[in-house]
Order: sequence, then structure tokens, then C-alpha cells
Amino acid sequence: MKKSKKVKTTKTKTPSRVEQKKSVVLSALRSLGEQLYSQLSKKQWPSVRMPSRSITNIHYDQHTRQYILGERFVRRSARNIRHIRPLTQLVWTGSFVDELAREGKTSTLRDVFYSAQAYEMSFTDQAESDDIITDLETVLEHPREDFNVFPEERSAIFGDLTIQYTVRGYEGRKLNLASHPDGMMIGPALTNAEFAECKADKIIAIEKGGLFTRFIEERVHDKYKALLIHTAGQAPRATRALIRRMSQELGLPVYIFCDADPWGMHIANVIIAGSANAAHLRELNTPDAKWAGVYASDIVDYKLPSDPLTDLDIKRLYELQKDPRYDTKLWKREIEAFLRLKRKSEQEAFSRYGLAFIVDKYLPARLKELG
Amino acid sequence: MSLQEVFQEISAADFFYRNRDIAGFTNPTRAIYSTIRELVENSLDAAEIREIPPDIYLRVSHESGPTDGPGIYRIHIEDNGIGIPHEIIPSAFGQVLFGSKYKLRQTRGTFGLGGKMAILYGQVTTHGQATIMSSTGPTKVHEYQLTIDIQKNKPVILKHKTHPNDNRWHGAVIDFLTEADYTRAMPKVLEYLQQTAIVAPYANLTYVDPRGRLYRFERATTQMPKPPQETLPHPYGVDVETMKRLIELTKERTMLGFMKTHFHRVGRTIATGFLQQVGLPPKKNPKKLAPDEIVRVVNAMKSYKFLAPDANCLSPLGEELLEAGIKKELSPEFVSVYQRKPSAYSGFPFIVEVGIAYGGEIEPKGGIRLYRFANKIPLLFDEASDVSWKAVNTQMDWRHYKASPDMPIAVFVHICSTKVPYKTVGKEFIADRPDVEREVLNAVREVARRLSLFLSKKIHLAHDKHRLDVFQKYLPKIAGFSAKLAKKEKPPDVAPLLKSVLRYEKIEESEDDQDEDAE
Repeated sequence: MKKSKKVKTTKTKTPSRVEQKKSVVLSALRSLGEQLYSQLSKKQWPSVRMPSRSITNIHYDQHTRQYILGERFVRRSARNIRHIRPLTQLVWTGSFVDELAREGKTSTLRDVFYSAQAYEMSFTDQAESDDIITDLETVLEHPREDFNVFPEERSAIFGDLTIQYTVRGYEGRKLNLASHPDGMMIGPALTNAEFAECKADKIIAIEKGGLFTRFIEERVHDKYKALLIHTAGQAPRATRALIRRMSQELGLPVYIFCDADPWGMHIANVIIAGSANAAHLRELNTPDAKWAGVYASDIVDYKLPSDPLTDLDIKRLYELQKDPRYDTKLWKREIEAFLRLKRKSEQEAFSRYGLAFIVDKYLPARLKELG
Repeated sequence: MSLQEVFQEISAADFFYRNRDIAGFTNPTRAIYSTIRELVENSLDAAEIREIPPDIYLRVSHESGPTDGPGIYRIHIEDNGIGIPHEIIPSAFGQVLFGSKYKLRQTRGTFGLGGKMAILYGQVTTHGQATIMSSTGPTKVHEYQLTIDIQKNKPVILKHKTHPNDNRWHGAVIDFLTEADYTRAMPKVLEYLQQTAIVAPYANLTYVDPRGRLYRFERATTQMPKPPQETLPHPYGVDVETMKRLIELTKERTMLGFMKTHFHRVGRTIATGFLQQVGLPPKKNPKKLAPDEIVRVVNAMKSYKFLAPDANCLSPLGEELLEAGIKKELSPEFVSVYQRKPSAYSGFPFIVEVGIAYGGEIEPKGGIRLYRFANKIPLLFDEASDVSWKAVNTQMDWRHYKASPDMPIAVFVHICSTKVPYKTVGKEFIADRPDVEREVLNAVREVARRLSLFLSKKIHLAHDKHRLDVFQKYLPKIAGFSAKLAKKEKPPDVAPLLKSVLRYEKIEESEDDQDEDAE
């Protein structure tokens, strides 16, 4: 078993994964422009065709183990008075992110909303501009992070992974992600970085910041050779994409720890199976990642302090029961356990056995159980 | 103990002086408005009677006293009417109830009273005299200075002289002092003049106000309405008193002849049939009717089926002139006018003419602006009691006609009749007689229908314009951004597509997600 895993691609002359992706996005943007340009040149009404994202066109795909869009398409045509504005916004957003990508700059959803005003393209509200960005994702078949538009929320990573920057001004520079005990923010620079060297052999994603810090203090990264990720609640898409990349490029198994309630379960599930909102996108989920707790059965087995489930919690559990993403033995078993028990616990509940208990006792037991 | 009452005969002038409220001279504000109105109307009547396009010059100047309350003003009016024969000038202006208006013919005033009331009011408030100058066109112009002896109801001539009339001028000039609160009356005076200009588009009205400001309402046409003809009373409108007077006057020796000579649209057949129904022999001498027979005849007249009065005695404005008046004063975006066929109430013929206008100088005011006219007189007071107000504001559902209160819409209702059914002596609003009400409502409905066609078209055009605006705004942007994305030098030309927008009748407006082919 190797102690260190060097990632090959950076050493060769062939373009890196990040560069490849960038050029794919740029050429998708260009062909969008060319399509509209040629329609206009032929005196045709410009239009764009994309899969419908309406709820009835979202299906769960057993093969990719995520939500995907079905067969229905919509056409945004300039000929339709109600489509021409969103179509213009779409093309404008395209040309805006094209510039971002060329200049190696990043932007946020909020930025896009405000930048539009300079072009007399004002969006009514941010919901409208977010929606247009989702349209652009659908047309280009790339998540917005690939064309440098990031959300405000940031999560963090900590562990023995050395990355090499590709962003302007830092090209070629390296950084070990264990350099700072608070963890490193997963922002545009990290998302666009290449993996240079990795000494970890697993990834552990944690819902809450407190526990993330506890894991670092208890040196989980050393003891278990783990990369620790703080999802900060529902994991942002950049984080989900990073987890998938690390799992694939570095071949690392992924374990996810959340609170023992339906909402915690769903944080884990979205990392594994993706969300319906992102049904138009691929490569955001990590189908082989494992939910590692806290289970409903743990509440009983470890005699954890707990609270009763609320009506809302119970309603949510019934919804999850019908959700195709929960159609496996473990999920079903635990949903039933919750419904039987009618109680929930937080990750911090293990603290009743002392601060180190979760790391020294619970974690190895669970990792062993999951294999 | 004996009751001794002193019966004192009072003259007509005295009576009206004591009851000046009923003629519209309640206070100095109302008085100046009524003065101007009566004088202008007399002048218009004097010109129209012979189809002379009126030229009226009116000047009100401040003489003494405050200007922010009742003060003394000089009224001066000149017209180019037919003039007054010089021998009757003193009585015409110095004797109340002497006038040309006791026959049935549509004129502006009813009693021939207004002009004299104005002079009478001026005299009692200022102790001044009136100067009247007039000529009917021959070689001399007569000038009188006179006052009214109120108790005797007689003119007192102070001075009479003549001037040569080389230009064969005809018309009248009246000049006198009166008490007025002009500042407070001003808005109504100006409104009255403008509305008069609407209803008399063939008149030139020139007005110089006390501050020397000139208001000029120029005629838009020299075409005049047909002057009214005198007519006999219709049997439906005759009361016992009128009947007695007719019997007094008549030279006819038989009831048959009496009926034929003195009543409107009564011929031999109708007279015979009527007399048979009342049970009077056709040969009976009318002067020998007993009082109860007179009452019986009058009552029978109300129910007998006479021919409806004809409208020759009416002088409506006509659709063309009404439209010209509205256009010249308000320059609306849209106007439509409509004249109903003559109708009658209680034996009095009347005609309703209406107009409707949209936009131009009409201000939206949270409802329909109503202009009311009766016998070519604007009615400015007590709007909410008027039959037209009732029709426009309570009986019409304007939503059916695509009209809403925030739109600049004005409705014009002109009722002309030998006897306008005013509700009060003040003559400011018209009673809601069922016949009149029906005619007004039907007329307003007709023009409202035409307005609604215009509004639909306007909405349609606005819609088209909005559509073109949207395409014009966004299509060049799509061209620009797509050229940038495609790394092209110049954006493609969008003009041909924009050109097709307006001609394109059915632009897709289908629902968002539903409009595409499944694969």
C-alpha cells in the first residue's frame, strides 16, 4: 500500500482536466452564439431549445443513480413576446460568463444580477437572474461553477491533500490543505485547482462546523487518513462537485456524517444521489458515497440524548419514503426506525460520553461496519 | 275688531326686484355670472334669428370698491344682431316682461327677462343708468340713457340722441354699472364662455376681463343652425288659463274653426273627431263656452290622440356643428355626435343631441366629464340633479363600453325644446321626465357604443405598439450579444424581422413549458 499518491496529469504536457473543462465550456458558449447568429442572418427568429425542467419532466435514473430530465423540450423563441426577454437575458448572461472565463475571473449569482443593470438588461429580482443562470446551465449542460459563477455559501476542507492552483496569479503554486487548522474554504480557486499529491485514503463529510473542528482537534485526518469536509448544512454544488472529483480522481471512498433526523439524512442523500433542482446537470453526485450516520438505530444503540420528532419531521419522513433516491435497504430501514422511535438526535449528542468518544469509539466501529 | 288688509298692487319690475333670487341674482357673485350670461344669450339670439354669424364683444372693467369682494364694475357688450327698432328700445330695456318670447319658439331665455333683470340689478346696486345704442340697419343709430321706474315698471328716458349710420350697422351696445364679486365668479364666467363657444361654434366671442386679459373664442364655421319657427300651442300642453286667453283673442265663430286655427297639428278631421268625443257641437261659438266646458275641453285634450308635435319650431345645433364646437374647444383624439329624432313630452317637442369625446384637452378626473346644454345654453350649476347626470352616472355601465373613470372622457348633452323641462326657476338643471330621460339615455348609449369601438381599436394599437417596443428593445441586443459570443465582427441585421412584427397577426403566445415537440 502506497503512502502517497501522485496525481499524474500535472506532470504531462496534455491539458489538465480543469483546462479541458474550461475549453469545453467556452466552445459550448461559442456555439450558442453561432446558433443564434446564424438564425438571425437567415432572417429567422432566433431560438434556443433545451430540456424542460418542469416537475413532470424530472425522473430518477437508476443507471446514473440521480435525477435526470426526461424527453420533453422547450423552445425559447424571440418570436414569442413572452420569451424574447428571457432569451435576451440568456444570451447576455452567456456573453457575460464568456468574458469571465476568458479573463479567469469569477463571479457570484448576486454579481450577475447587478452587472445586468449596466447593459439595460435588468432582472426584476435575483430569483429571475438565478433562473436564467439555471437556463444557461441547461443549455450548456455544465454547472455554473464551470463557467465561474459561484454561490455565496462556502464550505471547507481539511486534510493531507496538496493542490496546485490554476487561477490567475497563482498558477503552479501548491498548497497543502492541512496548512490551516480551521480548514480551507472551498471557493473558486480550490474548485479549479489540480490535485498534486494526496496522502489520505478516505473522505469524511460532516454536516456541522463544531464537529468538523472537533475531528481536526482529535486528529482524525491522521488517525484515519481522512480528508475532512465541512458541508455547512446542505452541501453547496461546488462542494458536491469537489467530493465527486476527489472520489473519482483520487479513488477515495466517501463517508457522510449528519444529524440523526430527516433533514440530516437528506444532506447525505443529496451528496450521494443529487437534487431534483440539478436534474439538468451531471457529475455533481457521488453515487458510491456512504451515509455513515447518525442513524436512528444509533440513538437506541448508544442511548443518545434525543428529542421527539415534530409533525414536520414526520411529514418529511413520509415524503422520503416515497422518494426513489431512498429506495435502498439502509435508507428504508432507518426511515422506519425513525418512524417507530419518533425521536431525533444531533451529532453533538455523543458528547455525553466525553469529547473523544465519537472519534475513538463510534467512528472506527461505523467505518468497520461499512467496510 | 276688524281686520283691515291693505292690498297693494306691485309692478312686475317691483315683483322681480323683490324676488331676484328666482332670476339668478341672489348675491354679487351669482349676479355677475347671471348678468354676463343673460346679455351674451340675448346677443346670440339677436344674431341667430336671422342667421347672422354672431360677433360679440364683452368687457367687464373694475370701477371702484374692492376687487376681492363685492365692488362696482362696468359691463359693456356689443353685438351684430338684428338690433332693436328705436321706438321700442326704452320698453325693451326699461320695462320688465316686455319681450319677444311669449310665443312658442325655441329661444335661449324663456321670459325675455334676463337682460332687464341685469340692468335692474345694476341700477339698484349702483344708482346708475344704462346706455343702450342700437340700429336695425337704416341710416340712424339711436342712443338712449335710461333708468327703470321700479314702482311703475316704466322706463325713464334721461337722454336720447341719434348718430349717422353710414356703414348700415345693425346690432346693439349695452353699457351699465353693476355690483359684482368678480374674483369669485371668474371660474364660472370663463367656463360659461368656453361652453358657449362649444355650443355656438359659429360665433366669435371676445372677452376682456377686469385685469385686461383678452379671451378670444373664434368661430370654427360660418354655418348656422336653421332658425326656429314660431308655432301654435299643441293641445297636450294647454292649460285652462291659456285656453281662456285663446278664447278671448280668437276671431273664430265656431269651435271647429277655433280648434283648427289655434292649435298645432289640428286639422278638420282631428278637430271634428275631438269635438265629437268631448260632446260639443262643431258650430258652437267658443266665446260661449261655460267655465266647466272649458275645463272639460282642456282635460279631454290631455288624453285625445292628437298628432305628435313636429319639430320645426326647434333649432337643434345639428351633429356637424356640435362636433365642430367640441373639436374647436377641446381638440379631442376622438369625437362622435348623435342627434335623436324629435320626441315630445306633455305636448312640447324636444330633441336630444349628444356628443362624446376622448383625450385632447379633456382631463381625466375620476369620472366622465359632463357638459350640459339646454337650448344652446350651458348649464353649470346643480349638475348632480340633472337628468343627464342621472343617465351618465347611474344608468350607464361604462365598463360595458370599455371606458373607465381614469380615462379622459367627456359627454355632451344638448336638449332643445320649446319648453325645456327645468326643475326650478333658476333654470340650471333639467327634470327627469320619463320621455326626456329615455331619449337622453338612448342617445348616450349610441355614442358610448361608438366610443367603445374607438377604445378597442386604441387598446389594440397600444398592444401592437407595446409589442413592437419589446421587439425593438430586445432583438438588437440578442443580435449584439450573439455576435460577441460567436466572435463575429458585426451583429446581424434585425430590421427585416422587426418589420414583420406588425404585419404578423398571430404571434405565438402559448404557455411556457407546453409548447414544444417531444422527441
